[in-house]
Parts: sequence; C-alpha cells; structure tokens
Amino acid sequence: MPMDEIALDGADHGHDGKPGFFVRWFYSTNHKDIGVLYLVFALLAGIVGYGLSGLIRWELAEPGIGVLTSFVGGDIEAAKHFYNVVITYHGLIMIFFMVMPALIGGFGNYFVPLMIGAPDMAFPRMNNISLWLTGVAFVLLLLSMFVPGYGAFNGFGGGWVLYPPLSGSTGHDGPAMDLLILSLHTAGIASILGAINYIVTILNMRAPGMTLHKMPLFAWSVLITAVLLLLALPVLAGALTMLLTDRNFGSQFFVPDGGGDPLMFQHLFWFFGHPEVYIMILPAFGIISHIVSTFSKKPIFGYLGMAYAMVSIGVIGFIVWAHHMYTVGMSLDLKAYFVAATMIIAVPTGIKIFSWIATMWGGSIDFKVPMLWAIGFIFLFTVGGVTGVYLANAGIDHQVHDTYFVVAHFHYVLSLGAVFGLFAGWYYWYEKMFGVKYNKALAQVHFWLMFIGSNVIFFPQHFLGLNGMPRRYIDYAEAFTQWHYVSSIGYAITLVGTTVFFILLIESAIRRRKAESNPWGEGATTLEWTLSSPPPFHQYSTLPVVKGEGGH
Amino acid sequence: MSSALRTLVSCLGAASLAGLAHATGPTPGALGLQPAATRIAERLHFFNDFLTVIMVVVSVFVMALLAWVMVRYNKRAHPEPRKFSHNTLVEVVWTVFPVLILAVIALPSFTNLFYIEQEPDLVAIAEAGDMDDPNVYPEAAAKGWITVKAQGNQWNWTYEYADIVDDEGYPLSFVSNPLHKGRPTDKEDYERATGRTDFDSKPVNLAVDYPMVVPVGRYIRYQTTASDVIHSWTVPSFGVKTDAVPGKLNEGWFLVTEPGVYYGQCSELCGVNHAFMPIEVRVVSEEDYALWSAEMLNGNFEGAVQVVDAALDGEAVRFAEVTMIEEQ
Repeated sequence: MPMDEIALDGADHGHDGKPGFFVRWFYSTNHKDIGVLYLVFALLAGIVGYGLSGLIRWELAEPGIGVLTSFVGGDIEAAKHFYNVVITYHGLIMIFFMVMPALIGGFGNYFVPLMIGAPDMAFPRMNNISLWLTGVAFVLLLLSMFVPGYGAFNGFGGGWVLYPPLSGSTGHDGPAMDLLILSLHTAGIASILGAINYIVTILNMRAPGMTLHKMPLFAWSVLITAVLLLLALPVLAGALTMLLTDRNFGSQFFVPDGGGDPLMFQHLFWFFGHPEVYIMILPAFGIISHIVSTFSKKPIFGYLGMAYAMVSIGVIGFIVWAHHMYTVGMSLDLKAYFVAATMIIAVPTGIKIFSWIATMWGGSIDFKVPMLWAIGFIFLFTVGGVTGVYLANAGIDHQVHDTYFVVAHFHYVLSLGAVFGLFAGWYYWYEKMFGVKYNKALAQVHFWLMFIGSNVIFFPQHFLGLNGMPRRYIDYAEAFTQWHYVSSIGYAITLVGTTVFFILLIESAIRRRKAESNPWGEGATTLEWTLSSPPPFHQYSTLPVVKGEGGH
Repeated sequence: MSSALRTLVSCLGAASLAGLAHATGPTPGALGLQPAATRIAERLHFFNDFLTVIMVVVSVFVMALLAWVMVRYNKRAHPEPRKFSHNTLVEVVWTVFPVLILAVIALPSFTNLFYIEQEPDLVAIAEAGDMDDPNVYPEAAAKGWITVKAQGNQWNWTYEYADIVDDEGYPLSFVSNPLHKGRPTDKEDYERATGRTDFDSKPVNLAVDYPMVVPVGRYIRYQTTASDVIHSWTVPSFGVKTDAVPGKLNEGWFLVTEPGVYYGQCSELCGVNHAFMPIEVRVVSEEDYALWSAEMLNGNFEGAVQVVDAALDGEAVRFAEVTMIEEQ
C-alpha cells in the first residue's frame, strides 16, 4: 500500500474497508498489515544489530583495545565489558528481533494466508498481541543495555547463551540480566502465540482442495517452524524462570554451592537453542524453494521429499542439542550418541540442496534479482553445512569449539543463509507487498556487495578458528592480526551494500513505478500471484478452489 | 589425489607451519591448525585433513552442479523448460550416498574420540610394551601418571600438583597470572611484581608470569574446575579443551613428545577479562621438572622460572622471533 494513498484515505476509511491510519497500523488485525509491521520492525532492529556487529569488526580490525574505549569514557575495563555487551546484544537482536520477526512474523503473516487461500489468520487479535509483545520485548532488551549489569558497568555481557553462573548473581549482579530475562519471556510469549496462530491457520483454513500434500512449501516450512517454536520455547521459558528465581529469590537450580548444576541450564538452553537455529532457517528454505521453482519455470523437484526433509530436520533437531556442549565433561557414550545423531542431519539437508539444483536442472533459468540471492543462498548454505560436519565430530570439535571456526560456521548458515533467504524473499515479494517496483540495477549491486562482503568477513574466520583464535575476545594474540583485518574489510564492503539497499528503498518509494500483479510470469504459480499488487485489504471473499496437481 | 588437491590440503593443514620446529602458539596468517605436540593432536590433524578433502570435494561438486545448471539451463541456452519433477532413482542416490560418506567419516572420528576420551590403562600399556604402536608410550606408562589440576578463576588459573607435596603433605599450588591485561600499565605491573625485564619478548596476550610446567614424555592427567563462573582450559597444540565448571571436576589426558612452550587461551566467556587469562605450559626434561618443583616448593617462584627459562632458552626466543619476522 503506497504511503500517500494511506494519507489521502486516512479520514474517510477509504475504499476496500480500510480503517484510518492510527486504527489501521496500531490496532491492526489484518495479516498483511501485521506482516508489513513485522518487516518494518525487523528492519529497525536489524539496523541496531548490524550496527553492533560494526562495532565488533571496528574494534577487532587491529590488535589492542581501541575504538570501544571512546564509547565508555576512555576506561579500559569498561570497554572490555562493553565489548561483551555488544556481542551479546548483537546475537540476541539478530536472532529474536531481526531474523525471526522478518521470516516468521513478516513473510509468514503476509504470505501464509495468501498461499493457502485463506482470508486472514485464524486469530487476528492474537496476531496483533504477538506483534506488539515483540515490540515491548525489544524495548525491554534495549533498556537492559543501559542499566547496570556487572558492578557499575551497564548491560549484560555474558553472551546470548546466558550461561550461569556468569548470568547468575555471581557473574552479573545488576538488574540488566533481569530485564533481559523479562524481555526474552515476553518475546517467547509473542512467538508461542504466533506459533499457535500459524498452526491453527494452516491446519484449518486451507482453500478447498488444498490438501497438506498440495500446500506450498513456504506454508510447510512455517508450519514446521511453528511446531518447533511451540515445543522449544516453553523449555527456554522454564530455564529462564529458574534463572530468575536463582537471581532474586534464593533458589539454587544452577548454583553449585547449593547443589545446583550450571550444566543443567546448558542442557535446557540448547534443547531450545538447537531447534531455534532450524526455526531461523526453515522459513528461508521455504522461500528459496519457491524462488528456484519460479525462475526455473519448473515445478519444484521432489516436492514430498522437500516437505518431509524439513519435517525430519525438525524432528532430529530436537535430539542433537548437546553437540553444543562437547567440552563440558559429558561421558564418552553420550558424546558418541550426539556425534552420530548430529551427522544424520546432513542427509535431509543434502536432499534439500540437491532438490533445488534438480529443480533448476532442465529449467529455463532467468537470473532475476531474487534468483541471484537464492543461488547465493544455496552455495553459501552448503559451505556452512560442510563446516557443520567438522563441528559434529566431537574429536575435532574439541579443537575448534568456542573459536572463530564456530563463528564462521553459524554465520555462514545464518548470516549468509537465513539473511540471504530473507533478502531473496524481500526482492521476490517486494512488488506484491508494497505495490511498487524496485530498481533492479541497485538490487544487483546490493546482492554482489553483500555476497562478496560477507564472504570476506566470514571465510577468513575459519582460518582464525583453526589457528586457535577464541570467540568473544576483545583483544587477541598478534598472530591473528592479518585475518582479523581482512574480516573487518569485508564488513566495510557490506556497509556499502547496506547503504545501497537503503538507497534502493528510498528510490522505489519516491519513483513509485506501478507494480504488476505477477511480474515473474509463468513460473510463479502460487496463489498470491493471482491477486493484485498489493493485494486487496481483504482477499478471497470467494475462496479459491485448488484442483489437480497445482498449488506448489 | 591430484597434485593441485594435495597442495590445497597441505595449505589447509598444518604443513604451512612447517618452519616452526616446536611452534607453540598461533602462527601469523596461518590457514590451518596449530602444529601437533601430542598424539591426540596428530590424530586430529589427520582427521582434519581427511575431512577437509571430503568436504572440499563435496563443496566443489555442489558448486560444479550449480555452475552447470546455470550455464546449460539459463533461459538463453534452454528457452523451453522441461516439466519433470520426480526421479526416484536420483532421489534414492542422493539420500544413500551422503549416508555412505558420513559412515566413512564416522569411522576415524569415533576411533579418535575413543582414543581421546578413554583414559589409557597405564599398567596394561606398560605390560604389553608395544614400542611400535604410535598411540601408546610403554616407557612413560611404566612411570605412571602426573596429575595437574587447573582451576579457573576470574581471571587467572590456579595450578595444583597432587604429586608435588611439601613436608606437611600439602600439594604445590600457585596462581598463573596473565602478563597482558590490555592496560598501558601492564609492563610496569609485571616488572614490579616479578623483578623480571623480559616483558617485551613475551607474546602478547599469551604469556603468563608463572607457567604450568610438566615433564616431556610423561602421561599427564589434567583436571579442571572453577571457583566462580565457567572457564575452559585448552592448549590447541595438545588437541585438548575441557571446560572448567564450578562444582565439577573434569578430567583429560595428554603426553607431550617435545620440550617447548605451549600456549592456549580461556575458551569459555567468563566476564570482563575473558580475553586476558591465557594458558602457558612449559614442557621440560624430567630433571628440570624436578628442579622446578623443588624451587616452587621452597617458595622461590623466580628461581623456578629461571630453571624452565634456561631449559627452554631456544624455544621461547624462537617463537618471539618468528612473530616479529612476520610483522616486518
């Protein structure tokens, strides 16, 4: 919906039953408006998270404690704590307030009902609550950065994994950690409500004739993600609550002096945390499938295999959590089990990669912008996947655990995986959502700068990790200087890319080239392309009927 | 294996570090693992190289497939898309084949894991006396274990030697502090505390005032624990990393085959000075180890450091030189 039309329509409730500006965007119960709000929110949070990573790369560009001191009044000790705060909030913001809101809240809300032929989500008001709780959670998170965490130093600096005793009153005595717990509780409630909404919508509101096995893969990916959220988040909530009572009410769940076990927290955290990484990547899998199919002008190869590969990734995702904990001192048998279980995940992941390539095989590939991001995704996710096989093997993981090798691995699958999937979806559906076209040349420049830049950031980090550079270090041995410098150069390249991205957004908002309902042609077969761009405020007053093999 | 592939593998592996006979810490600009100083690390090097070959082949294969479809099936080369969407045979192949690759990886992986994780039975090794097996050291086994406990504190390590006891039966225990804390006054602090003047020749963020010392060619059992938050004790060139968890005593083992200075760094975020609690292990002859223990027990820490410094004169200097040459 172009912004000027909203302004013009503001008073008279417009055509199409649109409410006025305030009611429309603040009381919104319309899945498309909520989707757009989630995307705007993720964009804002993403700017904060990306800015924090800029501080990290700026500080690490050369050895010694440098630029961060100027943010904390020149005090070296404060700078050390500030660095830990920066890495912690970078992680939390990117995971909970950028990738999840964008992929699940944004694209999920906007396109799941459109793709399954539903007029809206099952619980529109609950949808609204999810959105605003996410916003509240973000405010709490930002607040916690500015209240005392460790002694007089502000913010929590214990890493996004929140391990006690560092996150207990031993390590962080101040209220920052309590605010952070509250923030994650709130974000968790928002996500659980969202998950219930997706599950109910997808199971009950598909158009006549759209069986589960004809449902588009993006809807499949969101359904599986929602189930993972529903099962994983309560475990995190339990762990966080125990941490909260440990900190404030004298319970000793994770306090060794009182017979508690700090490792118990790690088990609970990763029981949530490992499914969480699939929560971030599965919706991207769904998006990539549609894009590859659309621009190859071919139906997706091995549709059922693709759907059930995601199901099995989701299932196996729940039984591999302790591979994040190989060095904690667990028994040999337990380690051996987690090695075996973890390696099995490579099989369904391989099925997805090969099926995408098979979808392109024999097609007629059009290298439009979304397709560039999708192909970039497939390649980069493969690189992140193979380094995952190193980490799955406990022996070699002892070498690289908690080093930059791990940092490189999870940024390849998330920063270059989930985020590339996110941008692929953004450029695929931009016209559909906003009713205007973007400048294709700028979008290509954005892609190439991000592709080159993020590889320059993260590929050398494999070398750093193998050479023994530990994670979460504000300063390092001189031997690590070269690759850290290269990595920071890579950040500068992505900074140019991100600037181009914002120029693209502004350019398209000013020029307002009118969108087509289906800019991608015959390859785009899902239901959202049968509607106008942007779709009417309420769609499918007559439900579409799905026949035959169509739909996916 | 083609020669190009072999070059690539040797670049990614440790061969790029061949210039350092007893290199002990990270190497400037290195692409691969730190040189191996124990059998555990040697085996991990082999496994890493093996895995790298497989993973490079897999990545290149996927890249080649992508390149092929992009060249052969772009809209100019192939304007009319075909419509197939199933091929059972292909789907079975790309499910079964990765399983086979994983099985090939699992074999050395599990043997390594069992080698690392199962504490060697020294009595059995000594009795068997198999001198040809590179995985066991019968002569060392006959001498039994040396046990060192590393306790992580915010932000230094306390080392305790159960085998070195004073007249009253108390074990030798001392704190190993970092030389560098990222502050401008680090040098003065160090010189005031120890009376030494070698600050500038010590590798930044790796060196400590009183290192952990163990004899060469002996089975070392290390234990880790912590007094406050979780830390992690590691020496990359030994191939070991074990978290130091408060309320828990973790255990591992290693046997270093060459004397030298070996560095590691705390590997679990532990607060403000996480980057400033390095691990320095000096591996010396049994004679020097005995001298060092005696000095330490007498409370003559500086004398003890001089013993290990003299024993390893060449090694420490060599590391510093290499670092400086690379910088120039």
